[in-house]
Amino acid sequence: MPNEKTIILRVNGRDDEVHVPSHRTLLEALRTSGHMDVKCGCEKGDCGACAVLVDGLAVDSCLTLAWTCEGKEITTVAGLGTTENPHPLQTAFKDLGAAQCGFCTPGMIMAAKCMLDDNPDPSEEDVRMGLAGNLCRCTGYTKIFDAVLEAATVMRKEGGPS
Amino acid sequence: MYEEFDLETPAQLEDALRVLSDSRGGTPLAGGTNLIVDMRAGRERPERIVTLGNIGELRGIATGDGRTRIGSMTTVSDLLRAPEIARDAPSLVDAAKLFAGQMVRNTATLGGNIACGSPAADLVPPLMSLDAEITLAGTSGMRTLPLADYFRGYKQDVREAGELIVDIAWNRLPTKSVNTFYKLARRRGDAITVTGLAVTLCVAKGRCARARIALGAVSPTVIRARKAEAMLEGKVLDAELIDATAGQAARECSPIDDLRASAEYRRHAVRVLTRRLVSTAWYTLV
Repeated sequence: MPNEKTIILRVNGRDDEVHVPSHRTLLEALRTSGHMDVKCGCEKGDCGACAVLVDGLAVDSCLTLAWTCEGKEITTVAGLGTTENPHPLQTAFKDLGAAQCGFCTPGMIMAAKCMLDDNPDPSEEDVRMGLAGNLCRCTGYTKIFDAVLEAATVMRKEGGPS
Repeated sequence: MYEEFDLETPAQLEDALRVLSDSRGGTPLAGGTNLIVDMRAGRERPERIVTLGNIGELRGIATGDGRTRIGSMTTVSDLLRAPEIARDAPSLVDAAKLFAGQMVRNTATLGGNIACGSPAADLVPPLMSLDAEITLAGTSGMRTLPLADYFRGYKQDVREAGELIVDIAWNRLPTKSVNTFYKLARRRGDAITVTGLAVTLCVAKGRCARARIALGAVSPTVIRARKAEAMLEGKVLDAELIDATAGQAARECSPIDDLRASAEYRRHAVRVLTRRLVSTAWYTLV
């Protein structure tokens, strides 16, 4: 079996053609093809900065091989909303100042999105446990938890699928 | 990743087994949340990897005939989303809730957690406390054995190079039962276990009909405290007996000092947690 091939990654609703060797992680493949909103932190599944949704579930893209994502739906934080039409999580993070340097923010938002899909009405405790796999070195987390709870309230009022 | 490898992505169990048993062999990749970290750190250098993620028959939960069966590629978060697991294995839910972080829970699998052979693998004590059996498949057929007989030593097991874990299954507990797991760690979220303790207690006619005490992260493998269990079975429990049993469980483990806790602390934790979980279970049931 050849060690390199061209695969199609479906990212944020668009097909990206990428030529990658078998040992390339999804994180590396995404950043190489221009998705710089996916951050590279620890590369061992501790920090959550590289979190993306694969078929709707948040995973660490640093622990995922690109070849295994062919045919799957990948969503990065840029695919969640736009500047004109942001996702409630993006709005809440901005409004409540839940970012300082911003490096952990994409992963935080993707982890929060996945958690809220499972549990639309979380307690603060649920939010803390849902984000246990994401590290932030600036904010002390309080504003992040506030933002996720705020977004959850907004999303419940909007009622529809997010 | 920095070392190249060949990557096989079979969609059928028999194809995976054929690849693993050919002259080149291979390293199975389940969720990858341990293996890929070990590869990046240079601790593992596989030349050929066989992914199991496309093998649909290995993933899922089935119940019937009083038995609960979980496919080896079922993820930790699959367990949390399954009402039948909440009903049939409360201890497994206790462990799954505190398992690593959300992204790892969405990827890591039951079979992978077992196959890694870590004494701190959190899904193992709950399954041992349920008398779970593990089924392995190889090109020459399947074999089933008690999970308690699966581990041979620190990160060593009875699985042969060409074999894969197919599923884990156990007989559902009788109605008058309690099944719990407690994870003691430096913090609750995304932590490696210092001492994990799973207890199953079944009561019939006012006596303890079955006792299971499984200990994680305090011996080279997850173990059952069998002598402690035997002290409870057939008895009407009281504080004195529970205390003696907790002392026995603490004598049955063989913990080490490491960066998370001392051996002495771990042994103390086994005693305290055994006392706490057994007495809570008993007084819930009688």
